[in-house]
Amino acid sequence: MAELSVNGQQVTLSDDPRTTLLDTLRELPGFTGTKKGCDHGQCGACTVLLDGRRVNACLILAVQCEGCEVTTIEGLGEGDQLHPLQQAFVRHDGFQCGYCTPGQICSAYAMLEEIANGEPSDVTDEDGVRLSRDEIRERMSGNLCRCGAYANIVDAILEAGQREESPS
Amino acid sequence: MKPFDYQRIGAVEEIDADAGERSSFLAGGTNLVDLMKHEIETPERLLDISRLELAQIEDGDQGGLRVGTLVTNTGLASDARVRERWPLLSSALLAGATAQLRNRATTGGNLLQRTRCYYFYDTARPCNKREPGEGCGALAGHNRIHAILGASEQCIATHPSDMAVAMVALDARVRLRAADGSQRELPVEELHRLPGDHPERDTVLQPGELILGVDLPAPPPGRHIYRKVRDRSSYAFALVSVGAILHVADGKVGSVRIAFGGVAHKPWRARKAEQALQGQAATEENFLKAADVELADARGYGGNDFKIPLARRTLVAVLRDAARATEESTP
Repeated sequence: MAELSVNGQQVTLSDDPRTTLLDTLRELPGFTGTKKGCDHGQCGACTVLLDGRRVNACLILAVQCEGCEVTTIEGLGEGDQLHPLQQAFVRHDGFQCGYCTPGQICSAYAMLEEIANGEPSDVTDEDGVRLSRDEIRERMSGNLCRCGAYANIVDAILEAGQREESPS
Repeated sequence: MKPFDYQRIGAVEEIDADAGERSSFLAGGTNLVDLMKHEIETPERLLDISRLELAQIEDGDQGGLRVGTLVTNTGLASDARVRERWPLLSSALLAGATAQLRNRATTGGNLLQRTRCYYFYDTARPCNKREPGEGCGALAGHNRIHAILGASEQCIATHPSDMAVAMVALDARVRLRAADGSQRELPVEELHRLPGDHPERDTVLQPGELILGVDLPAPPPGRHIYRKVRDRSSYAFALVSVGAILHVADGKVGSVRIAFGGVAHKPWRARKAEQALQGQAATEENFLKAADVELADARGYGGNDFKIPLARRTLVAVLRDAARATEESTP
């Protein structure tokens, strides 16, 4: 049977090749974090990490992910201990209804790694890749928030990113 | 989504010679899977090429670069060689889509993505590209995002890629493999076609023909600038974009390459403007003249009339910035 790994747990793939990675995750008992928003790669609510990189799970056929490692929002913290990004979102009130939040946090998690790797964005200038509000806004443009919590989302990511840069 | 057979390809030789009209190659899937959900694309068989050994970027001949078709948009934009020597390409890639999409979208798939014309996507509306003979809803409908150059009465859709605009300006070439195993090469400029009477054909690819990769020749001298004008500052397709590489020596245009995005059914290489500028003084007046020569045949359809002056102004602004930058770097 074809399998993929979700947060370290082996999952058997549906034998219907039309099944997306998102639908595979949604059907797993206990994995309610990853959300279906637009189902067309426009809103980012389904953002997960596929072999460590953020992707839209709604646009990927699960059968393509055989043998891959998927990390969802449930895989970021440790037990009841929230990941520092999750803590920062709570502290800064980086949401209202919360529907986009798992996608926002998975996206932000990968984004901070991309910055640490020195990967450029559309607003990166000749001075190189640095964490800033402009960089966060540009790099998070694939995650929409219909409640409009953007200002607090940027604050939360900035704080979590700065802590990562200089752990005290 | 319509049912289909799924087949994972382990080597290009496994692609059988009858891989044709009813099969589609699947790589990142960011556009194809979406179109299959809308039942705009309804392949009977998906040939998953995503695990082929075509994801490398290698140094090519004479200072060029060989890019495998499965190199992701993120991988290409972040490559140190591309950022240093082909910054036009890196900038164009980073101006497109989102990080999530760029992480998944591939080089070949980006070239073959389909138009985002509203009528193409809305199966309740007429579209000659989706259903030949149905008519074009955009012609007398909402056409704010549509073509001003090279369109036909059958289709006024635009090609949505930013990456392809840079590749056309850079004289990049695609390497192709036909279903019978034979190979050929084409300039990226000749890959996409104008709509004419067959807007259902975006490219000159034959059924079952696979893009193996893109070759970039050594870049021409000069300043690279990609400027994209869009309705939002991020994650939006271009209304008009300009990719240019300009080299100025002693106040005169030494060499210049220009391509437009968002204005035609294909990335639009502005050869008339290039010709008009060659050897001329790098002045605002000459930039305006060159833009006017290129846009002499431009035509609006009501909602997109604004694109003609927008294309003119964007080109002039890009050339002005590039000229200033090359003069500063060569005192």
